[in-house]
Amino acid sequence: MIEFVNVKKSYSVGTKALRGVSMQIEDGEFAFLVGPSGSGKSTIIKLITGELKPTSGSVHVNGYSLERIRKREIPYLRRTVGVVFQDFRLIDKMTVYENVAFAMRVVGAKNQEIRERVPYVLDLVGLESKARRHPGELSGGEQQRLAIARALVNNPSTIIADEPTGNLDPARSLEIMTLLQEINNLGTTMLVVTHEQHLVNQFGNRVITIDEGLISSDKVRQYENQ
Amino acid sequence: MKINNIGYLLKEGIRGIFLHGFMSVAAIVVTVACLLIVGSFSMLVYNVNMMVDELERSSEVMVYIDEDYDEQQAHSVGTDINDIENVYRADFVTREQALENFVEDYDDGSAFSGVEPEYFRHRFVVKLTDNSQMEQTVKELETIEGVAHIKAPYELAEGFTTLRNVLQLVSGGIIAVLLLVSLLIISNTVKLSMYDRKDEIAIMKMVGATNGFIRLPFVVEGFILGMVGAGVAFGLEWLLYDLLLNKINDIGGLAQLFHLAPFKELLLPMVATFGATGLFVGMVGSWTSIRKFMNV
Repeated sequence: MIEFVNVKKSYSVGTKALRGVSMQIEDGEFAFLVGPSGSGKSTIIKLITGELKPTSGSVHVNGYSLERIRKREIPYLRRTVGVVFQDFRLIDKMTVYENVAFAMRVVGAKNQEIRERVPYVLDLVGLESKARRHPGELSGGEQQRLAIARALVNNPSTIIADEPTGNLDPARSLEIMTLLQEINNLGTTMLVVTHEQHLVNQFGNRVITIDEGLISSDKVRQYENQ
Repeated sequence: MKINNIGYLLKEGIRGIFLHGFMSVAAIVVTVACLLIVGSFSMLVYNVNMMVDELERSSEVMVYIDEDYDEQQAHSVGTDINDIENVYRADFVTREQALENFVEDYDDGSAFSGVEPEYFRHRFVVKLTDNSQMEQTVKELETIEGVAHIKAPYELAEGFTTLRNVLQLVSGGIIAVLLLVSLLIISNTVKLSMYDRKDEIAIMKMVGATNGFIRLPFVVEGFILGMVGAGVAFGLEWLLYDLLLNKINDIGGLAQLFHLAPFKELLLPMVATFGATGLFVGMVGSWTSIRKFMNV
Protein backbone atom coordinates (compact mmCIF):
# COMPACT_ATOMS: atom_id res chain seq x y z
CA MET A 1 0.00 0.00 0.00
CA ILE A 2 1.13 3.54 -0.76
CA GLU A 3 -0.11 6.31 1.51
CA PHE A 4 0.72 10.01 1.40
CA VAL A 5 -0.62 12.18 4.23
CA ASN A 6 -0.36 15.95 3.71
CA VAL A 7 3.10 15.54 2.14
CA LYS A 8 5.10 18.66 1.42
CA LYS A 9 8.44 18.66 -0.30
CA SER A 10 10.65 21.68 -0.86
CA TYR A 11 14.06 21.57 -2.51
CA SER A 12 17.05 23.46 -1.19
CA VAL A 13 16.78 25.98 -4.04
CA GLY A 14 13.40 26.95 -2.67
CA THR A 15 11.15 25.13 -5.16
CA LYS A 16 8.01 23.76 -3.55
CA ALA A 17 7.47 20.53 -5.47
CA LEU A 18 4.64 19.17 -3.32
CA ARG A 19 2.39 21.43 -1.27
CA GLY A 20 0.28 19.01 0.74
CA VAL A 21 -0.40 15.78 -1.16
CA SER A 22 -2.66 13.18 0.41
CA MET A 23 -3.55 9.96 -1.38
CA GLN A 24 -3.82 6.27 -0.78
CA ILE A 25 -3.25 3.45 -3.26
CA GLU A 26 -4.43 0.12 -1.95
CA ASP A 27 -2.69 -3.20 -2.48
CA GLY A 28 -3.54 -4.63 -5.89
CA GLU A 29 -4.86 -1.34 -7.23
CA PHE A 30 -4.00 0.13 -10.66
CA ALA A 31 -3.68 3.91 -10.69
CA PHE A 32 -2.48 6.44 -13.21
CA LEU A 33 -0.64 9.51 -12.00
CA VAL A 34 -1.01 12.29 -14.51
CA GLY A 35 -0.15 15.96 -14.68
CA PRO A 36 1.85 18.50 -16.65
CA SER A 37 5.65 18.75 -16.51
CA GLY A 38 6.87 20.19 -13.23
CA SER A 39 3.66 19.33 -11.44
CA GLY A 40 5.40 17.06 -8.89
CA LYS A 41 5.03 13.57 -10.44
CA SER A 42 8.76 12.80 -10.36
CA THR A 43 8.98 13.98 -6.77
CA ILE A 44 6.22 11.55 -5.82
CA ILE A 45 8.14 8.68 -7.48
CA LYS A 46 11.36 9.66 -5.73
CA LEU A 47 9.55 9.78 -2.41
CA ILE A 48 8.09 6.32 -2.99
CA THR A 49 11.48 4.81 -3.87
CA GLY A 50 13.25 6.47 -0.96
CA GLU A 51 15.44 8.73 -3.08
CA LEU A 52 13.96 11.71 -1.26
CA LYS A 53 12.48 12.32 2.16
CA PRO A 54 9.41 14.51 2.63
CA THR A 55 9.89 17.97 4.12
CA SER A 56 6.74 17.37 6.16
CA GLY A 57 3.85 14.93 6.25
CA SER A 58 4.15 11.16 6.11
CA VAL A 59 4.73 8.64 3.34
CA HIS A 60 4.10 4.93 3.90
CA VAL A 61 5.11 2.43 1.25
CA ASN A 62 4.62 -1.31 1.75
CA GLY A 63 5.07 -1.07 5.51
CA TYR A 64 7.97 1.42 5.48
CA SER A 65 7.59 4.95 6.87
CA LEU A 66 9.64 7.02 4.47
CA GLU A 67 9.90 10.11 6.65
CA ARG A 68 11.93 8.19 9.21
CA ILE A 69 13.41 5.34 7.19
CA ARG A 70 17.04 4.55 7.95
CA LYS A 71 19.54 4.57 5.11
CA ARG A 72 20.29 0.88 5.42
CA GLU A 73 16.58 0.00 5.17
CA ILE A 74 16.17 1.68 1.78
CA PRO A 75 17.46 -1.31 -0.27
CA TYR A 76 14.83 -3.48 1.40
CA LEU A 77 12.09 -0.94 0.63
CA ARG A 78 13.23 -0.91 -3.00
CA ARG A 79 12.91 -4.67 -3.22
CA THR A 80 9.18 -4.18 -2.68
CA VAL A 81 8.92 -1.56 -5.43
CA GLY A 82 9.84 -2.33 -9.04
CA VAL A 83 10.53 0.70 -11.20
CA VAL A 84 10.15 1.00 -14.98
CA PHE A 85 11.60 4.04 -16.76
CA GLN A 86 10.82 5.73 -20.06
CA ASP A 87 14.44 5.22 -21.20
CA PHE A 88 14.44 1.52 -20.15
CA ARG A 89 17.87 1.72 -18.41
CA LEU A 90 19.08 -1.67 -19.59
CA ILE A 91 22.67 -2.92 -19.57
CA ASP A 92 23.70 -3.24 -23.21
CA LYS A 93 26.59 -5.62 -22.67
CA MET A 94 24.31 -8.14 -20.98
CA THR A 95 21.83 -10.39 -22.74
CA VAL A 96 18.09 -10.22 -22.12
CA TYR A 97 18.39 -13.14 -19.70
CA GLU A 98 21.39 -11.59 -17.93
CA ASN A 99 19.66 -8.23 -17.53
CA VAL A 100 16.82 -9.88 -15.65
CA ALA A 101 19.04 -12.31 -13.75
CA PHE A 102 21.27 -9.39 -12.72
CA ALA A 103 18.39 -7.81 -10.78
CA MET A 104 17.97 -11.06 -8.85
CA ARG A 105 21.68 -11.64 -8.40
CA VAL A 106 22.31 -8.27 -6.77
CA VAL A 107 19.70 -8.87 -4.10
CA GLY A 108 21.36 -12.16 -3.23
CA ALA A 109 19.08 -14.68 -4.96
CA LYS A 110 20.33 -18.25 -5.24
CA ASN A 111 21.34 -19.67 -8.62
CA GLN A 112 18.51 -22.16 -8.52
CA GLU A 113 15.96 -19.40 -7.89
CA ILE A 114 17.38 -17.37 -10.75
CA ARG A 115 17.22 -20.35 -13.12
CA GLU A 116 13.57 -20.89 -12.26
CA ARG A 117 12.30 -17.33 -12.02
CA VAL A 118 13.96 -15.59 -15.00
CA PRO A 119 12.42 -17.82 -17.74
CA TYR A 120 9.03 -17.51 -16.05
CA VAL A 121 9.17 -13.71 -16.07
CA LEU A 122 10.53 -13.56 -19.62
CA ASP A 123 7.65 -15.78 -20.68
CA LEU A 124 5.22 -13.46 -18.89
CA VAL A 125 6.41 -10.46 -20.90
CA GLY A 126 6.72 -12.44 -24.13
CA LEU A 127 10.51 -12.39 -24.43
CA GLU A 128 11.44 -16.00 -23.69
CA SER A 129 12.50 -16.63 -27.28
CA LYS A 130 14.82 -13.61 -27.20
CA ALA A 131 16.63 -14.48 -23.98
CA ARG A 132 20.04 -14.60 -25.66
CA ARG A 133 19.72 -11.34 -27.54
CA HIS A 134 21.21 -8.09 -26.36
CA PRO A 135 19.00 -5.05 -25.68
CA GLY A 136 20.37 -3.31 -28.78
CA GLU A 137 18.87 -6.09 -30.93
CA LEU A 138 15.37 -5.51 -29.58
CA SER A 139 12.66 -3.06 -30.66
CA GLY A 140 11.63 -0.21 -28.34
CA GLY A 141 8.54 -2.13 -27.19
CA GLU A 142 10.61 -5.24 -26.48
CA GLN A 143 13.17 -3.21 -24.54
CA GLN A 144 10.37 -1.84 -22.38
CA ARG A 145 9.05 -5.37 -21.88
CA LEU A 146 12.51 -6.34 -20.75
CA ALA A 147 12.58 -3.40 -18.32
CA ILE A 148 9.21 -4.57 -16.98
CA ALA A 149 10.53 -8.12 -16.62
CA ARG A 150 13.48 -6.79 -14.63
CA ALA A 151 11.18 -4.73 -12.40
CA LEU A 152 9.00 -7.78 -11.88
CA VAL A 153 11.57 -10.48 -11.33
CA ASN A 154 12.09 -9.89 -7.61
CA ASN A 155 8.35 -10.21 -7.12
CA PRO A 156 7.74 -6.68 -5.79
CA SER A 157 4.32 -5.88 -4.39
CA THR A 158 4.28 -2.58 -6.28
CA ILE A 159 5.46 -1.46 -9.69
CA ILE A 160 6.00 2.20 -10.51
CA ALA A 161 6.16 2.92 -14.23
CA ASP A 162 7.49 6.36 -15.08
CA GLU A 163 6.30 7.31 -18.57
CA PRO A 164 6.69 3.70 -19.76
CA THR A 165 5.30 4.44 -23.20
CA GLY A 166 7.00 7.78 -23.74
CA ASN A 167 9.41 6.38 -26.34
CA LEU A 168 6.97 4.05 -28.07
CA ASP A 169 4.52 4.29 -30.96
CA PRO A 170 0.78 4.04 -30.16
CA ALA A 171 0.49 0.32 -30.95
CA ARG A 172 3.52 -0.60 -28.77
CA SER A 173 2.23 1.76 -26.07
CA LEU A 174 -1.06 -0.10 -25.96
CA GLU A 175 0.79 -3.41 -25.75
CA ILE A 176 2.87 -2.22 -22.83
CA MET A 177 -0.12 -0.78 -21.01
CA THR A 178 -2.01 -4.02 -21.55
CA LEU A 179 0.95 -5.95 -20.17
CA LEU A 180 1.01 -3.73 -17.07
CA GLN A 181 -2.71 -4.33 -16.66
CA GLU A 182 -2.14 -8.10 -16.89
CA ILE A 183 0.59 -7.91 -14.25
CA ASN A 184 -1.80 -5.91 -12.07
CA ASN A 185 -4.40 -8.63 -12.53
CA LEU A 186 -1.90 -11.05 -10.97
CA GLY A 187 -2.01 -8.92 -7.79
CA THR A 188 0.81 -6.37 -8.19
CA THR A 189 -0.05 -2.79 -7.24
CA MET A 190 0.56 -0.56 -10.26
CA LEU A 191 1.22 3.18 -10.36
CA VAL A 192 1.74 4.46 -13.90
CA VAL A 193 2.93 7.99 -14.53
CA THR A 194 1.97 9.13 -18.00
CA HIS A 195 1.04 12.05 -20.20
CA GLU A 196 -0.97 9.98 -22.67
CA GLN A 197 -4.61 10.84 -22.26
CA HIS A 198 -5.97 8.39 -24.84
CA LEU A 199 -4.23 5.48 -23.17
CA VAL A 200 -5.41 6.42 -19.72
CA ASN A 201 -8.97 6.73 -20.84
CA GLN A 202 -8.80 3.36 -22.61
CA PHE A 203 -8.35 1.62 -19.28
CA GLY A 204 -11.04 1.87 -16.64
CA ASN A 205 -8.63 2.70 -13.84
CA ARG A 206 -8.21 5.33 -11.21
CA VAL A 207 -6.59 8.56 -12.41
CA ILE A 208 -4.84 10.84 -9.92
CA THR A 209 -4.16 14.25 -11.38
CA ILE A 210 -1.49 16.43 -9.84
CA ASP A 211 -0.98 20.07 -10.64
CA GLU A 212 1.46 22.53 -9.06
CA GLY A 213 2.20 20.17 -6.21
CA LEU A 214 -1.40 19.48 -5.27
CA ILE A 215 -3.81 16.72 -6.23
CA SER A 216 -6.41 18.42 -8.41
CA SER A 217 -8.58 15.36 -9.05
CA ASP A 218 -8.75 11.70 -8.12
CA LYS A 219 -11.37 9.87 -10.18
CA VAL A 220 -11.87 6.81 -12.31
CA ARG A 221 -11.17 7.15 -16.05
CA GLN A 222 -11.09 10.90 -16.28
CA TYR A 223 -8.00 12.57 -17.63
CA GLU A 224 -8.31 15.77 -19.52
CA ASN A 225 -5.02 17.04 -20.91
CA GLN A 226 -4.26 20.46 -19.51
CA MET B 1 26.55 -11.96 2.92
CA LYS B 2 25.31 -15.23 1.49
CA ILE B 3 27.90 -17.83 0.58
CA ASN B 4 26.58 -18.19 -2.97
CA ASN B 5 27.26 -14.49 -3.58
CA ILE B 6 30.91 -14.56 -2.61
CA GLY B 7 32.03 -16.26 -5.81
CA TYR B 8 30.01 -13.78 -7.86
CA LEU B 9 31.46 -10.79 -6.02
CA LEU B 10 35.04 -12.08 -6.34
CA LYS B 11 34.48 -12.72 -10.04
CA GLU B 12 33.15 -9.19 -10.48
CA GLY B 13 36.17 -7.76 -8.66
CA ILE B 14 38.58 -9.65 -10.93
CA ARG B 15 36.53 -8.71 -14.00
CA GLY B 16 36.96 -5.04 -13.05
CA ILE B 17 40.74 -5.44 -13.09
CA PHE B 18 40.80 -6.91 -16.59
CA LEU B 19 38.15 -4.52 -17.87
CA HIS B 20 40.49 -1.61 -17.13
CA GLY B 21 43.72 -3.44 -17.87
CA PHE B 22 45.83 -0.38 -18.55
CA MET B 23 44.79 1.50 -15.43
CA SER B 24 45.12 -1.68 -13.36
CA VAL B 25 48.69 -2.16 -14.61
CA ALA B 26 49.36 1.52 -13.93
CA ALA B 27 48.01 1.18 -10.39
CA ILE B 28 50.15 -1.91 -9.76
CA VAL B 29 53.27 -0.24 -11.21
CA VAL B 30 52.75 2.86 -9.09
CA THR B 31 52.13 0.78 -5.99
CA VAL B 32 55.27 -1.27 -6.70
CA ALA B 33 57.32 1.90 -7.24
CA CYS B 34 55.97 3.54 -4.09
CA LEU B 35 56.39 0.43 -1.97
CA LEU B 36 59.91 -0.11 -3.29
CA ILE B 37 60.87 3.38 -2.22
CA VAL B 38 58.99 3.02 1.07
CA GLY B 39 60.67 -0.37 1.63
CA SER B 40 64.10 0.95 0.72
CA PHE B 41 63.72 3.86 3.09
CA SER B 42 62.55 1.56 5.85
CA MET B 43 65.59 -0.67 5.26
CA LEU B 44 67.85 2.36 5.17
CA VAL B 45 66.40 3.66 8.43
CA TYR B 46 66.76 0.24 10.02
CA ASN B 47 70.38 -0.15 8.93
CA VAL B 48 71.36 3.41 9.80
CA ASN B 49 69.74 2.97 13.21
CA MET B 50 71.71 -0.21 13.65
CA MET B 51 74.96 1.53 12.66
CA VAL B 52 74.22 4.51 14.87
CA ASP B 53 73.54 2.11 17.74
CA GLU B 54 76.90 0.49 17.17
CA LEU B 55 78.65 3.84 16.94
CA GLU B 56 76.84 5.04 20.02
CA ARG B 57 77.94 2.01 21.90
CA SER B 58 81.53 2.82 20.97
CA SER B 59 81.37 6.40 22.22
CA GLU B 60 82.74 6.73 25.73
CA VAL B 61 82.68 9.18 28.65
CA MET B 62 86.02 9.42 30.47
CA VAL B 63 85.66 9.89 34.22
CA TYR B 64 88.96 10.96 35.82
CA ILE B 65 89.45 10.29 39.54
CA ASP B 66 90.97 12.65 42.07
CA GLU B 67 94.74 12.40 41.83
CA ASP B 68 95.06 11.93 45.61
CA TYR B 69 93.12 8.67 45.48
CA ASP B 70 95.15 5.49 45.47
CA GLU B 71 94.17 2.60 43.22
CA GLN B 72 91.89 0.92 45.74
CA GLN B 73 90.07 4.16 46.60
CA ALA B 74 89.71 5.02 42.94
CA HIS B 75 88.35 1.58 42.10
CA SER B 76 85.68 1.91 44.79
CA VAL B 77 84.25 5.01 43.06
CA GLY B 78 83.05 2.59 40.38
CA THR B 79 80.23 1.43 42.68
CA ASP B 80 78.68 4.92 42.70
CA ILE B 81 79.21 5.28 38.95
CA ASN B 82 77.44 2.01 38.24
CA ASP B 83 74.52 3.09 40.41
CA ILE B 84 73.58 5.76 37.90
CA GLU B 85 70.69 4.50 35.80
CA ASN B 86 71.96 5.51 32.36
CA VAL B 87 75.39 3.93 32.90
CA TYR B 88 75.58 0.81 30.76
CA ARG B 89 79.08 -0.16 31.82
CA ALA B 90 82.07 1.40 33.65
CA ASP B 91 85.56 -0.06 33.14
CA PHE B 92 88.29 0.92 35.56
CA VAL B 93 91.64 1.94 34.07
CA THR B 94 94.61 2.35 36.40
CA ARG B 95 97.31 4.98 35.94
CA GLU B 96 99.64 2.28 34.66
CA GLN B 97 97.15 1.04 32.08
CA ALA B 98 96.43 4.63 31.05
CA LEU B 99 100.12 5.21 30.42
CA GLU B 100 100.37 2.00 28.41
CA ASN B 101 97.40 2.97 26.30
CA PHE B 102 98.83 6.44 25.75
CA VAL B 103 102.16 5.09 24.65
CA GLU B 104 100.50 2.58 22.37
CA ASP B 105 98.42 5.31 20.75
CA TYR B 106 101.08 7.99 20.29
CA ASP B 107 104.55 6.51 20.30
CA ASP B 108 106.69 3.99 18.61
CA GLY B 109 107.86 3.01 22.09
CA SER B 110 110.86 5.24 22.84
CA ALA B 111 109.73 8.92 23.07
CA PHE B 112 107.76 8.45 26.31
CA SER B 113 110.07 5.94 27.90
CA GLY B 114 110.75 8.18 30.90
CA VAL B 115 107.17 9.11 31.65
CA GLU B 116 105.91 7.97 35.04
CA PRO B 117 102.39 6.61 35.61
CA GLU B 118 101.87 9.32 38.26
CA TYR B 119 101.41 11.83 35.48
CA PHE B 120 98.14 10.05 34.74
CA ARG B 121 94.99 9.70 36.81
CA HIS B 122 93.02 6.58 37.56
CA ARG B 123 89.94 6.69 35.44
CA PHE B 124 86.75 4.96 34.37
CA VAL B 125 85.73 4.42 30.77
CA VAL B 126 81.94 4.76 30.92
CA LYS B 127 79.47 3.64 28.26
CA LEU B 128 75.94 4.93 28.44
CA THR B 129 72.67 3.21 27.67
CA ASP B 130 71.21 6.31 26.02
CA ASN B 131 73.65 8.86 24.67
CA SER B 132 70.93 11.46 24.16
CA GLN B 133 70.90 11.80 27.98
CA MET B 134 74.66 12.27 28.16
CA GLU B 135 74.54 15.79 29.60
CA GLN B 136 72.24 14.80 32.44
CA THR B 137 74.30 11.71 33.21
CA VAL B 138 77.54 13.72 33.28
CA LYS B 139 75.94 16.08 35.82
CA GLU B 140 75.12 13.08 37.99
CA LEU B 141 78.66 11.74 37.61
CA GLU B 142 80.09 15.11 38.67
CA THR B 143 78.32 14.85 42.02
CA ILE B 144 80.15 11.63 42.95
CA GLU B 145 82.87 12.09 45.48
CA GLY B 146 86.29 11.39 44.03
CA VAL B 147 85.41 12.36 40.49
CA ALA B 148 87.80 15.13 39.48
CA HIS B 149 87.09 15.70 35.85
CA ILE B 150 84.87 14.33 33.07
CA LYS B 151 85.47 14.33 29.35
CA ALA B 152 82.31 13.62 27.34
CA PRO B 153 81.88 13.57 23.54
CA TYR B 154 78.73 15.74 23.55
CA GLU B 155 79.00 16.78 19.92
CA LEU B 156 79.32 13.22 18.74
CA ALA B 157 76.32 12.14 20.81
CA GLU B 158 74.25 15.09 19.59
CA GLY B 159 75.30 14.29 16.03
CA PHE B 160 74.03 10.74 16.32
CA THR B 161 70.76 11.87 17.85
CA THR B 162 70.26 14.53 15.18
CA LEU B 163 71.13 12.07 12.41
CA ARG B 164 68.63 9.58 13.74
CA ASN B 165 65.90 12.20 14.17
CA VAL B 166 66.42 13.74 10.74
CA LEU B 167 66.45 10.36 9.09
CA GLN B 168 63.25 9.30 10.82
CA LEU B 169 61.55 12.58 9.99
CA VAL B 170 62.58 12.60 6.33
CA SER B 171 61.81 8.95 5.77
CA GLY B 172 58.50 9.32 7.64
CA GLY B 173 57.54 12.25 5.39
CA ILE B 174 58.57 10.45 2.21
CA ILE B 175 56.76 7.29 3.25
CA ALA B 176 53.58 9.26 4.01
CA VAL B 177 53.69 11.08 0.65
CA LEU B 178 54.30 7.88 -1.28
CA LEU B 179 51.48 6.09 0.49
CA LEU B 180 49.19 8.97 -0.36
CA VAL B 181 50.25 8.80 -4.02
CA SER B 182 49.53 5.06 -4.14
CA LEU B 183 46.22 5.64 -2.42
CA LEU B 184 45.20 8.28 -4.97
CA ILE B 185 46.24 6.19 -7.98
CA ILE B 186 44.37 3.11 -6.79
CA SER B 187 41.43 5.26 -5.85
CA ASN B 188 41.37 6.75 -9.35
CA THR B 189 41.64 3.34 -10.98
CA VAL B 190 38.68 2.07 -9.03
CA LYS B 191 36.82 5.33 -9.68
CA LEU B 192 37.30 4.80 -13.41
CA SER B 193 36.01 1.28 -13.02
CA MET B 194 32.99 2.60 -11.12
CA TYR B 195 32.36 5.35 -13.64
CA ASP B 196 32.34 2.76 -16.39
CA ARG B 197 29.74 0.83 -14.45
CA LYS B 198 27.72 3.72 -13.05
CA ASP B 199 24.62 2.59 -14.93
CA GLU B 200 24.96 -0.87 -13.45
CA ILE B 201 25.38 0.66 -10.00
CA ALA B 202 22.27 2.81 -10.49
CA ILE B 203 20.29 -0.29 -11.51
CA MET B 204 21.68 -2.22 -8.55
CA LYS B 205 20.55 0.57 -6.23
CA MET B 206 17.18 0.73 -7.96
CA VAL B 207 16.40 -2.96 -7.54
CA GLY B 208 17.45 -2.95 -3.88
CA ALA B 209 21.09 -4.07 -3.73
CA THR B 210 22.67 -3.13 -0.41
CA ASN B 211 25.61 -0.74 -0.36
CA GLY B 212 27.83 -3.53 0.93
CA PHE B 213 26.95 -5.74 -2.02
CA ILE B 214 27.67 -2.93 -4.48
CA ARG B 215 30.94 -1.98 -2.81
CA LEU B 216 32.47 -5.39 -2.40
CA PRO B 217 33.57 -6.06 -6.02
CA PHE B 218 35.33 -2.70 -6.07
CA VAL B 219 36.97 -3.34 -2.71
CA VAL B 220 38.05 -6.77 -4.02
CA GLU B 221 39.47 -5.02 -7.08
CA GLY B 222 41.43 -2.56 -4.92
CA PHE B 223 42.54 -5.36 -2.61
CA ILE B 224 43.89 -7.44 -5.49
CA LEU B 225 45.66 -4.44 -7.05
CA GLY B 226 47.21 -3.54 -3.70
CA MET B 227 48.30 -7.08 -2.89
CA VAL B 228 49.75 -7.77 -6.34
CA GLY B 229 51.66 -4.49 -6.08
CA ALA B 230 52.87 -5.41 -2.59
CA GLY B 231 53.93 -8.90 -3.70
CA VAL B 232 55.91 -7.68 -6.69
CA ALA B 233 57.49 -4.87 -4.66
CA PHE B 234 58.47 -7.29 -1.91
CA GLY B 235 60.15 -9.67 -4.37
CA LEU B 236 62.02 -6.82 -6.06
CA GLU B 237 63.07 -5.35 -2.72
CA TRP B 238 64.51 -8.68 -1.62
CA LEU B 239 66.33 -9.13 -4.93
CA LEU B 240 67.78 -5.61 -4.98
CA TYR B 241 68.80 -5.72 -1.33
CA ASP B 242 70.61 -9.03 -1.75
CA LEU B 243 72.33 -7.66 -4.85
CA LEU B 244 73.49 -4.65 -2.82
CA LEU B 245 74.75 -6.89 0.00
CA ASN B 246 76.69 -9.07 -2.44
CA LYS B 247 78.12 -6.00 -4.14
CA ILE B 248 79.35 -4.62 -0.80
CA ASN B 249 80.93 -7.96 0.05
CA ASP B 250 82.56 -8.14 -3.39
CA ILE B 251 84.00 -4.63 -3.16
CA GLY B 252 85.37 -5.27 0.33
CA GLY B 253 87.65 -2.68 1.97
CA LEU B 254 85.95 0.50 3.16
CA ALA B 255 82.57 -0.53 1.75
CA GLN B 256 82.40 -3.23 4.38
CA LEU B 257 82.19 -0.51 7.01
CA PHE B 258 78.55 -0.33 5.93
CA HIS B 259 77.48 -3.37 7.80
CA LEU B 260 73.99 -4.17 6.51
CA ALA B 261 71.57 -6.54 8.17
CA PRO B 262 70.74 -9.59 6.04
CA PHE B 263 67.28 -9.41 4.42
CA LYS B 264 66.21 -12.62 6.14
CA GLU B 265 66.62 -10.86 9.48
CA LEU B 266 63.94 -8.42 8.31
CA LEU B 267 61.75 -10.91 6.48
CA LEU B 268 58.78 -10.96 8.82
CA PRO B 269 58.59 -7.20 9.46
CA MET B 270 58.96 -6.56 5.74
CA VAL B 271 56.23 -9.08 4.81
CA ALA B 272 54.00 -7.47 7.42
CA THR B 273 54.83 -3.94 6.25
CA PHE B 274 54.36 -4.66 2.54
CA GLY B 275 51.25 -6.75 3.11
CA ALA B 276 49.62 -4.23 5.43
CA THR B 277 50.53 -1.32 3.17
CA GLY B 278 49.22 -3.08 0.05
CA LEU B 279 46.04 -4.01 1.87
CA PHE B 280 45.59 -0.52 3.27
CA VAL B 281 46.35 1.28 0.01
CA GLY B 282 44.15 -1.06 -2.03
CA MET B 283 41.14 -1.24 0.20
CA VAL B 284 41.10 2.32 1.50
CA GLY B 285 41.78 3.60 -2.03
CA SER B 286 38.79 1.77 -3.42
CA TRP B 287 36.53 2.42 -0.44
CA THR B 288 37.02 6.18 -0.63
CA SER B 289 36.38 6.23 -4.38
CA ILE B 290 33.11 4.36 -3.98
CA ARG B 291 31.44 6.75 -1.58
CA LYS B 292 30.38 9.37 -4.08
CA PHE B 293 28.83 6.78 -6.38
CA MET B 294 26.67 5.36 -3.63
CA ASN B 295 24.39 8.34 -3.23
CA VAL B 296 21.90 7.25 -5.90
